[in-house]
Order: sequence, then structure tokens, then C-alpha cells
Amino acid sequence: MTGKAVENVAVKLLQLAVTELPQDVKGALRRAYQEEDTDVGKAQLKAILDNVELAEKTCAPICQDTGSVIFYVKAGSKVAGLDQIEDALREATAKATKEVPLRPNAVHPFTQKNTGDNTGKHIPYIHWEIVPGDTLELTALPKGGGSENVSALGMLNSSQGITGLKKFVVDTVINAGAKPCPPTILGVAVGGGADIAMKLAKQALLKPLNQRNPDPELAKLEHDLREAVNSTGIGPMGLGGKTTVLDVKVDYAHRHPASYPVAVAVQCWAARRATARIHSDGKIEYLTHKVA
Amino acid sequence: MAVYRLNTPVSEETVRKLRVNDIVYISGPIVTARDAAHRRALSFHNEGKQMPINLEGLAVFHCGPLVKQEDSKWRVVAAGPTTSSRMDLFENDFIKNFKVRIVVGKGGMGKKTADAMKKYGAVYGAFTGGAAVLAAKAIKQVKGVEWHDLGMPEAMWILEVEDFGPLTIAIDAHGNNLFETIQTNVEKEKSAVYRKLCLK
Repeated sequence: MTGKAVENVAVKLLQLAVTELPQDVKGALRRAYQEEDTDVGKAQLKAILDNVELAEKTCAPICQDTGSVIFYVKAGSKVAGLDQIEDALREATAKATKEVPLRPNAVHPFTQKNTGDNTGKHIPYIHWEIVPGDTLELTALPKGGGSENVSALGMLNSSQGITGLKKFVVDTVINAGAKPCPPTILGVAVGGGADIAMKLAKQALLKPLNQRNPDPELAKLEHDLREAVNSTGIGPMGLGGKTTVLDVKVDYAHRHPASYPVAVAVQCWAARRATARIHSDGKIEYLTHKVA
Repeated sequence: MAVYRLNTPVSEETVRKLRVNDIVYISGPIVTARDAAHRRALSFHNEGKQMPINLEGLAVFHCGPLVKQEDSKWRVVAAGPTTSSRMDLFENDFIKNFKVRIVVGKGGMGKKTADAMKKYGAVYGAFTGGAAVLAAKAIKQVKGVEWHDLGMPEAMWILEVEDFGPLTIAIDAHGNNLFETIQTNVEKEKSAVYRKLCLK
């Protein structure tokens, strides 16, 4: 697998992600529109659906905040040229910034200087996973700033357990109010440590919205949290209504006996992500989007 | 809930007719301004300098647009609203000094701004966050850009819009604040939400 091939696929993934929502997210937004019963909430969801359709038709970014670029790489151990992937993803990010275009969103935290091409120290950030086989699975997650700003980590008292987790999730959503552009998607993870919980929470945002958690206990927790949060009345864009979250996805890691880290990663309704699989024969398969 | 189609500049009398939950579509000139443009406009006013454009009756849009230059002409690619609460610092003076009648953004604004809207006659219209292409579609022309030295998102873009909306009136000129009402209701509902999850 050449670096150039990976670069081309990554540019395509960024373009797909920012201009066209995955099928499952579109489906969830349509359902929310049908189920919403307040005029104001319905009007917000209508504007969202119209915007999604228009962006797709005109190949324009759904939102002007095209996010910070994050990649998830699931690399088969037999894939040749693994050492070229990081450079290819950086190149792809700079290229997509110019071509799509993406808004330049990589700012030095001390000098406030914007690099202009969405690359910088640790950006795009790459999450690596080495798996058996010879295929490469690539996911682009351009993550918006408004929803990121209300993501939260709670290092809870371990004696509070699951009760503490539920309260932390509800409080995080209520404190966020209209800010993260609801209806949002919540990735929730508990355990591991501070970094592990947040990593798993964000990764949970990649799970398709139309599939239930295979673990029945987690599926119930996801359901209960979704119902509870949707009864707050925050509603689409915080203007009131039934749909405050489209879904909640939960994951966990075993924890230290003294710790109970709970992470909530918040994703706006413009839940942009795109995944492709590159096979050893060069065949490219897009998993989240229909590509002609 | 009523639906209004307004042309800018808008009179004080017209905006005083609007009530929270009303839907508004705007046509005519509007300007964008984020933190930096608000700050500069207010310092212009304090120093007695002439503003590049008379804002009386216009709408100010909290937005850092994605703009492209094509054959020496500007085209707005995406222009959704940014979080308005950051502008709470300046908006009361902005409304008082420049007599803007409509403020457009997302997420709502606080008491200081709502008080100024009541006193001087202005409203806050919420545009759907993230609906950047919908907003761009209503922008028919870039009439000019002022203070471009502030950077693309922070500059003051003067835009000609047609049926720009839907804007949900979330703060009216009578002291009603929809976001505040919802926040209060959410706080009231909190114990019921906790009970659903068997929490205290």
C-alpha cells in the first residue's frame, strides 16, 4: 500500500465527512423531526435537514466549523508501508483544507498563530490500532469546537458507582444547554483512567446510531440515559423540545479500585465521520457513505 | 407564533411588534461581527471616529464565515452562527450606540443584553447552529468587507441577504428571554429527570 493511495483516500474521507452526514445520523435526524412536537423544535430540525440536503447537493461543508482533524487507523499487521501512513494523513489534511475547503483550525496555544492548513503539533491526531490481517481501515473524525467545549471528565468517588455516573451525565447535558448545538450524541465511558475514559468516550461516537449495544446491560444504560436526558426539555438548539440527544453510546474499561473516572464526549448534530477500508489488492470500500 | 418578513433597515416600531417564538426572515443589508469587530466598533465610537457603515436599523450576525475569492469577487461558502454569549460583554453598548435592531446568533444571550433590547428596541433571532449552507444560500452578495486586518472570521462582512432565516425570536423588546425561560424550566425538571434514573 503506497502513501499516495492512503493520502487520496484520506482526502476523500475528509471531503465526504464535512459535506455529507453518514446514513445513520441522517436517519436519526429525520426520526427526531417526525417525533418532535413543539413548533420551535420542529423548525430547528427542519432547518437542520434542509441544510444537510443542501450541503450534500452543492458539495459544501455542512457547518463553517469543519473541526479539528482526528484519524482512527485500524492497520492490519501485514499491511506494507505502515511507516508512510502518518505523513500521508498530514499531507491529506493540508490538501483537503485547500480543496474542500476546510476552515483552518489549528492554532498554536501560546502564540495564537494559525498554521493555515489544519496541521500542527499532534494535529491531525492519529489513533492507532494494530489488528491481524492485510487491510487498512481509516476513519476521519473532524470534530467541531462548540461541542468539544462542553465535553467533561469526572473523577468520581468510587463508592458513588453507577449512580454517580448517571448524575454526571445528566448534569453535563444540563450545564451544556444550547451550547453544543443539540440534538447531540453522547459518548460515555467509565473506568481505565482519566485518559483512557476520555479516549473510549470519544471513540464511542464512531458507533452507528442505528445499532444497539450487544451487551444487554450497556444497552439498557444507554436507553435509560437517552430517555432521561431527553426529558430535560432542552430540545433542538436549546430552544425547547423532545430531542436533546440523538443517542448515547457507552463503553467501559476495568478501573482501579480507588478510581471511578467518567468521561462524556459530546458531539453536535453535525456528527461528521467517514470510514473506508483499503484492501491489499488496492480495492477501496467506503463503509459510511455511498460513493459512486 | 407569527411569521414576519422584514426588510432592513428596520424601524424600532416594527421590532417592538415581535414576540418570542415568532419566526422572522430578513432581506436587505446585514453585517457580521464577532468579538473583535464589536470591540473595534465600540472603540471607534468612544474615539468619535466615523464608522465605515451606518448600522442603524440593521441586523448584526454573530458569524465567522468561510469566504472564497473568485475572480476578485467574494463568495460566502458557509456562514452559520457562532456562540452569541461571548458578545454579551459588548452587545448592550453596541445596541445603544449604533441602534442595530436585530441581533442574530446561536445559544442565546444574557440579562444585560436583554435589558438593552427592551430599553432601546431590538430583538435577538436564533439561527440554527451548524446550518451554514442554508445561511450562505440566503446571502445574495458580499457588498463589502471592513476591518479585514482582523482576519476572515473576525472581519465585518457587509452582506445583502434575501429571506435570511428562519430566525426564532428568542429575546424580544419586552423583556422576554426564551433561552432563560427554558433554562429555568430545565432546572425545575431536574429532580424529575433524576427520579427517572432512580437518583436522589
